Amino acid sequence: MNTMTMTKMTLKTEGDTHIVVTRRFAASPEAVYRAHTDPKLIQQWLLGPEGWTMPVCINEARPGGKFRYEWRNAKGAGFHITGEYKELKPYSRIVHVERMFLPDPTPDNHVETSFAPDGSGTLMTMRMTLPDEKTRAGMLATGMERGMEASYVRLEEMM
Amino acid sequence: MSSGLSLDTSFAALADPTRRAILARLALGEATVTELAAPFEMTQPAISQHLKVLEEAGLIIRRVEGTKRPRRLAKAGIEAMELWLAMLRKALEKNYDRLDQVLATMESNHEMNPNTKKRKKQ
Repeated sequence: MNTMTMTKMTLKTEGDTHIVVTRRFAASPEAVYRAHTDPKLIQQWLLGPEGWTMPVCINEARPGGKFRYEWRNAKGAGFHITGEYKELKPYSRIVHVERMFLPDPTPDNHVETSFAPDGSGTLMTMRMTLPDEKTRAGMLATGMERGMEASYVRLEEMM
Repeated sequence: MSSGLSLDTSFAALADPTRRAILARLALGEATVTELAAPFEMTQPAISQHLKVLEEAGLIIRRVEGTKRPRRLAKAGIEAMELWLAMLRKALEKNYDRLDQVLATMESNHEMNPNTKKRKKQ
């Protein structure tokens, strides 16, 4: 895992139903929270593998508010997510529901994200629903419709 | 997940991009060696060698159908799960590395702006 040992992120499954991700940031909970709710900031980092941009980022950061993120790559491939906020507690907790369109909607993913002070930085903990097998296969296959050769390159970037 | 025992072998087998690509293809369904070799500029023996590693790691199994030996994912749910988790991990790590940069920029903009209160420097 060489360079992986340097990473600050952990990702674990919790039972058969959830995934828990933790990550430390060298910034205040307020800053990390804002980066998760301000569209202008979200567009700069929530991009997944290299080569993707988020031309559409609509985010109503209030309880009951909706969001919609659309991703595109240079080859014109794309997909999107829609979601709703259930709970927003500045600057410590966000609860939302989202689903991906591949293009059919995946089952709802319930996501709880917390931001806790950690020394001079922040410990983020994100707990989300583990997608079912069909959804996982769909996510792996995203980008494959443009031909296996392209998807092999893309998958390599993902791994 | 109850796949702890096979994780080390699985990840060793997953260390190679060609093998990951083969698994990604098999996540979509069974395929013959010819089909699996098609996207690569590799000889069939080279592909067969990768398939052997994947078989020995328990990630794929072969079936006999006449002269063909189509491969598929073993215990599809669990192995596809590992592949998916690896993909998710990579995507999230990329995201959070970018977020580090965004936060650093926010912090320096904040400090340069005299209208905002002073903040502790990391």
